[in-house]
Amino acid sequence: MIDMLEFWRQSLPQLLTGYRLSLLVTGASLFLGIPLGLLLALSLQTRSTWLKLPSLSVVEIGRGASILVLLQFVYFGMPSVGLTFSSFASVTIAFTWCTAAYTSEIIRAGLESVPQGQREAGEALGMTRLDILRIVILPQGLPVSVPALLGFSILMLQASSLAFVVALPELMSKAQLIGSNTFRYMPLFTLTAILYAAVCIPATIVVGFLERRLSRHF
Amino acid sequence: MMATILSGVTWTIALSLTALAIGIILGGVLCAMRTSGVALLDFAATVLILAFRSVPPIVWLFLIYFGIGSGIVQVSPFQAAAIGLGLITGANMAEIFRGSLKAIHPGQGEAARALSMPPVWRMVDVIIPQLMRISLPSVVSYGIGLLKDTAIASTIGVPEIAFKASHVSQVTFRGLESFAFAGALYILLSVPIALASREIDQRLRARVAK
Repeated sequence: MIDMLEFWRQSLPQLLTGYRLSLLVTGASLFLGIPLGLLLALSLQTRSTWLKLPSLSVVEIGRGASILVLLQFVYFGMPSVGLTFSSFASVTIAFTWCTAAYTSEIIRAGLESVPQGQREAGEALGMTRLDILRIVILPQGLPVSVPALLGFSILMLQASSLAFVVALPELMSKAQLIGSNTFRYMPLFTLTAILYAAVCIPATIVVGFLERRLSRHF
Repeated sequence: MMATILSGVTWTIALSLTALAIGIILGGVLCAMRTSGVALLDFAATVLILAFRSVPPIVWLFLIYFGIGSGIVQVSPFQAAAIGLGLITGANMAEIFRGSLKAIHPGQGEAARALSMPPVWRMVDVIIPQLMRISLPSVVSYGIGLLKDTAIASTIGVPEIAFKASHVSQVTFRGLESFAFAGALYILLSVPIALASREIDQRLRARVAK
């Protein structure tokens, strides 16, 4: 037991540097992906086929193909057409794609929860379509999506552990690296699991609390 | 190239179904614990559900395959993947079942009690059949997500679609085609399941008491 704690103490600093990268890559994907998701949600609502079709394929591929395959496609596949990305860039691209695809559905559901009468009232006041969106729909529709978006963010932090297949030195890669040097997989992956859970469990509880609070107002 | 990747489909389907089966059984148990009314069981189930869901699938797989599997007990990659994904599925199934349970009219259970049906029969004959009908769409859409999550099992060497695709890309240096084909396979597999589920759901929905 003492022996295991000593091993944890030794490997913790390295794991934490990896964790910082996990959080960074998750943050970058969410920061880029969620605004993109909003754009996709809006373009799926328009009547223009030119906007709708490409957006629909981006969403369906992002949601339909496995995120691991998407990541390997960007990192191992794109070089055959001359596009070589670093592991950090590949992970960010693949995860942004995935985030945009999933959050577009979450945001669309939020926007659709705004009653149709609100839009009609805006039209009756002679507001432009952009103004209706900006002043009426978004401020009411976006807050509805917040709990679901936060829940998705927790899933993305967990998904960032997949980045180890492209050798991004995040938490899982670090654990794997120490593991292959020391062969002490059990204590090592237990610590890794605890580190992920230490962020995800409180986050899940907060999201659940927010969901209950928000549902009270509607 | 395509034939090699296609040969992974059986493993992908087998792994998805095994993990889903483990998850449904575990989810049923966890849901029963959560709704039992016994504070200790409820708390234990809540903690387990949180713990299963808060650790990434790949960490579960490595923990089971390298951690437990390198000790006294020998675990094959398939078993490790099925157990690891099954645990996470179980936690999510418990939440799905609990949500569906709320959609069943309380009068159903009360009527069964008024007829002095024993608790086991009350569940088996009255509650569970309706629970299955209500939770089907959520279970299927989770199953489709699970189908894509089985790609993670490639990292511990289960020869499913993603594993075959990366193998092919290493041998032929044609990563673009092989991963695009693998991605398309996942989409192709999930579309018929989604359509079938919608069809069955509409038929079953009519048979749930409101």
